[in-house]
Amino acid sequence: MENAPETPTTPRSVSRRQFIQGVIAAGVTASTATYLYRGSGSVLSKSSLAGSTERLITINVNGQARHVDVMKQETLATTLRYKLGLAGTKLGCDRSECGACTVLIDDVPRYSCSVLTHTVRDGKVITIEGLAAPDGKLHPVQQAVVDHQAFQCAFCMSGFIMATAGYLKTNPNPTRAQLAHGISGNLCRCADYNKILNAMMHAGELMRRT
Amino acid sequence: MNYKLIGKNYQSPDITAKVTGKSRYAEDYRADGMLFAKLLLSPMPHARVRSIDASEALKMPGVHAILTADEVPLVAPPVRGNAAAEEEGPDSKGARGVPIKPEPALTNEPVFYGQPILAVAAEDEVTAADAIERIKVDFEPLPFCVDPLQSLRPGGPNARLEGNVYYSTLAKTLKWTEEDWKEVEAGRLPMREAPDTWKVGDVDAAFKEAAVIIDETVASQATSHQCMEPRSSMAYWQNGKLFMHASAQSTAHVGQSIGNWAKVDRKNVVLLGDYVGGGFGGKNPETHMHTAIPALLAKKTGRPVMLRITREEDNFIGRSRAGMVMRVRMGFRKDGRMIALDMFVVQANGPFARAGDYGTCAVVASANYTPVNMRFRGTAVLTNTPPHGPQRGPGGAQSTVMFEPLLCQAARKLGIDEVEIRKINAPTTGMAFGVPEKDGERSHFTSAFPREALERGAEKFNWAERKKRNGHMRGTKVSGVGVSLANFTAGTIGFDGMIVLTPEGKLNIYSGVGNIGTLSVYDTARVAAEMLDMPWDKCEVIWGDTSKHLPWSSRQGGSQTIHGTSRANYAAAADAKQKLQEIAAKDLGGSPDDYAIGNQRVFRKGNPGSGMSYAQAAQRAIALGGRFDGHEVAQDLNVVTKESAKAIAGTGLMGVAKDNYGRKGNTQSFVASFAEVEVDVETGEYKILDYLCVADCGTVVNPRGLEGQLHGGAIQGIGHTRSQKWVYDQEYGIPLARRFHYNRPPSILDIPEKMDWDAVNLPDSQTPIGAKGIAEAAVGAGAGAVRCALAAAIGDDYVRRTPVGIDMILASVEAKQRVDRGLTFNV
Repeated sequence: MENAPETPTTPRSVSRRQFIQGVIAAGVTASTATYLYRGSGSVLSKSSLAGSTERLITINVNGQARHVDVMKQETLATTLRYKLGLAGTKLGCDRSECGACTVLIDDVPRYSCSVLTHTVRDGKVITIEGLAAPDGKLHPVQQAVVDHQAFQCAFCMSGFIMATAGYLKTNPNPTRAQLAHGISGNLCRCADYNKILNAMMHAGELMRRT
Repeated sequence: MNYKLIGKNYQSPDITAKVTGKSRYAEDYRADGMLFAKLLLSPMPHARVRSIDASEALKMPGVHAILTADEVPLVAPPVRGNAAAEEEGPDSKGARGVPIKPEPALTNEPVFYGQPILAVAAEDEVTAADAIERIKVDFEPLPFCVDPLQSLRPGGPNARLEGNVYYSTLAKTLKWTEEDWKEVEAGRLPMREAPDTWKVGDVDAAFKEAAVIIDETVASQATSHQCMEPRSSMAYWQNGKLFMHASAQSTAHVGQSIGNWAKVDRKNVVLLGDYVGGGFGGKNPETHMHTAIPALLAKKTGRPVMLRITREEDNFIGRSRAGMVMRVRMGFRKDGRMIALDMFVVQANGPFARAGDYGTCAVVASANYTPVNMRFRGTAVLTNTPPHGPQRGPGGAQSTVMFEPLLCQAARKLGIDEVEIRKINAPTTGMAFGVPEKDGERSHFTSAFPREALERGAEKFNWAERKKRNGHMRGTKVSGVGVSLANFTAGTIGFDGMIVLTPEGKLNIYSGVGNIGTLSVYDTARVAAEMLDMPWDKCEVIWGDTSKHLPWSSRQGGSQTIHGTSRANYAAAADAKQKLQEIAAKDLGGSPDDYAIGNQRVFRKGNPGSGMSYAQAAQRAIALGGRFDGHEVAQDLNVVTKESAKAIAGTGLMGVAKDNYGRKGNTQSFVASFAEVEVDVETGEYKILDYLCVADCGTVVNPRGLEGQLHGGAIQGIGHTRSQKWVYDQEYGIPLARRFHYNRPPSILDIPEKMDWDAVNLPDSQTPIGAKGIAEAAVGAGAGAVRCALAAAIGDDYVRRTPVGIDMILASVEAKQRVDRGLTFNV
């Protein structure tokens, strides 16, 4: 399945706008129908909504080929959290505002709430669960967070760690301002930013040493 | 004191789970056969549901159940203490008050846009959402109001059918006169009668002796809590017990409230919430009514139910800080002493229970400036906006950000240094402050070292030198430095501690406070470890899951934990020590007083090698039973602690006790803060170059945790000064700022370029280890210092409301006069 040819039912480029239009029916109620999820165990063989048919695809997550049924409008965050049991990736807004869902796709930090799962069939996805070495040794960014006891509630932490790990690959020796800019797509409401920056600068040091 | 653990940094026991993604929050749990619920939200700010037709939705394959307002209970919230309330009297027309119904989980009379009307449970969320779209609800629109001043205007609308203003705990209708309204149109509030009033001394007489009088009307905005984790919850029932995964700030205090809403006895509620994605006051026990939705749907369907709350939904049913507008008159003697303070506040209350912010705003001002003559008049006006509730420093942050710039203004008029004027007016230990009781007596500070904090901060910040930069232009940029003093209540008393020394030589510390990331759940556990001289790596903290048998701890909120739970754990450790000594005396002779503890042993004083190890003593405790291993406990413990102690009795030597140490007065903490800003007068943009704060929070328990609270709180406060606000379509009562993008919390690019902190580290003598809470005063500190620095840069008269947007600065600087939206709320 890994090299399954494209089919018309799973277009490579469903835009976010189309996807939202597809799942939100306009109504008289105050609609906040984001975070939509259709379970793979659904009893619904025939759905009432167009485009909700699932297809089995294979994606590479944390170094493993994972076979998973996805809808064509399904986001990577949904697949990771609800189908692959990788709940370390958090959903804070589901609209590319907060960065809590950041994962690495081919080493690039991406908001998994805004990436359609079927578009990453050729990519390598790393989540917070796959960042440490197989022997459990923490990644330098994780280690730096531990060393500094950075973050508070930590709901944003996975996203920040992934964003930093990705950024430091492109700029291994950033200034504090550069690093801040590099991870400014992530929000922390405990606002422990100063300590986060201290920890992430330390992470850079650890990475340069290894 | 020479402590081994207290005052030292450490790694929290949850940090590895957090960095590896193993920590699970409410929405991360799954259960076999789990259904998903979706909400139908009100599209109107105030309406009545005439009919609901769900027939089409219920016919859909995969739809399991609908839950409507008729099926959820109404639970009366505890009456929020507000000593500012006067005896309830008739309003101007002699009408009697009407109680406002408490906030339900679902409603047939929505009182704000976005309020949940009903919920549907289905096999998956897409189906649930689709079903919601097929439900026909007939709404009858009702009058509404999103701006409290418009409600007070002659002929203005009432937000609730019962009335528009709180008189004590009841709602009545209050409209101002045409004369009063002319004052509003002139940009200030009328200093008229108000439902809530208190006073000390004689303000009117004192004003006659004042050398300088400040008279301003200022405003502070409403904004949502915006916790990173929305308040999702998942529930299932097993053997008559409700298992609830919820995002709750506190743990021990939540079982009862969830039980009330889910119509089940507290004893049959298991709350699982060991990781919580932020609370900031928004996830207090009173706020979990929406957990009734998955709980009751799970009961109805016999399946687990997950209710995922989206960011927008969280904006509606999450909590928010109350906005307010205040006219304040302050009279100063020539020497800088404030001799009169007269404040008149109008609070946008939201549609339900009275928010305490406006009352606290007065108490915090009283604590900051200790005026001997003070009068407070407040009006809480019901509004058709999402419910307000405490947000980190409720009323205190607003007080600091509204009052502190005016104190700077007074200092400049008097020719007194801004730090000096604060020192002149700041309290010392034992001084009286706050609302007078019926007998005229007022509470006093258990400890107060704001002057020390101001002095240390001024020195560290190099205040005297840097102040000279005020108003200095470099190109298009002008500098300003600001100082601010903030305070807030900092601790409660009377809770229970429970610990067990095990036969393996470990110390288990049970805690019913929640884990919202402040680390206080562990900081307070370390107090018990310290008292028993236990190494931290042999301690286990048990938290976040009521099935693990937790004691009645203080709530995780109100800056209580470090005070309330350090005392409780100190008491539990003292009880354990007593039992260790008794066991040693029983087995080895002599009296308990002959024995000391240390190095995990109880030994004869002067002979550390004698005696027995903690592990041996724990075995003996189990053999002895009774009070030694928790089979018998003190009668003054809370029933929750008694039940928990009973459940774990026999697992080792139990230390369990209520904090009976008492205190005289109220515990209040202070933060002195300093900021330097640079304002570009051509763009209105401003940078915060430097921020320093010095805390008076008693003994420092965890320096790194304290740093996080001081700086995190400051940045939240900076968000309040800089960017965060609600915006409403005033004509339709519809919120426009519902997401992070429109109501923007600070990002990592908005923080001061340099941040530093310190603490005076003077113990509060009325609490065992001397620690006071600090998380809330920290917010006002950040908001106040930056707000004062902005005034120092561009002038006192340009800004009188928060947030101070770049548009406001630009327009005002260009017009050389204040350009803002007057006193209108939510714009």
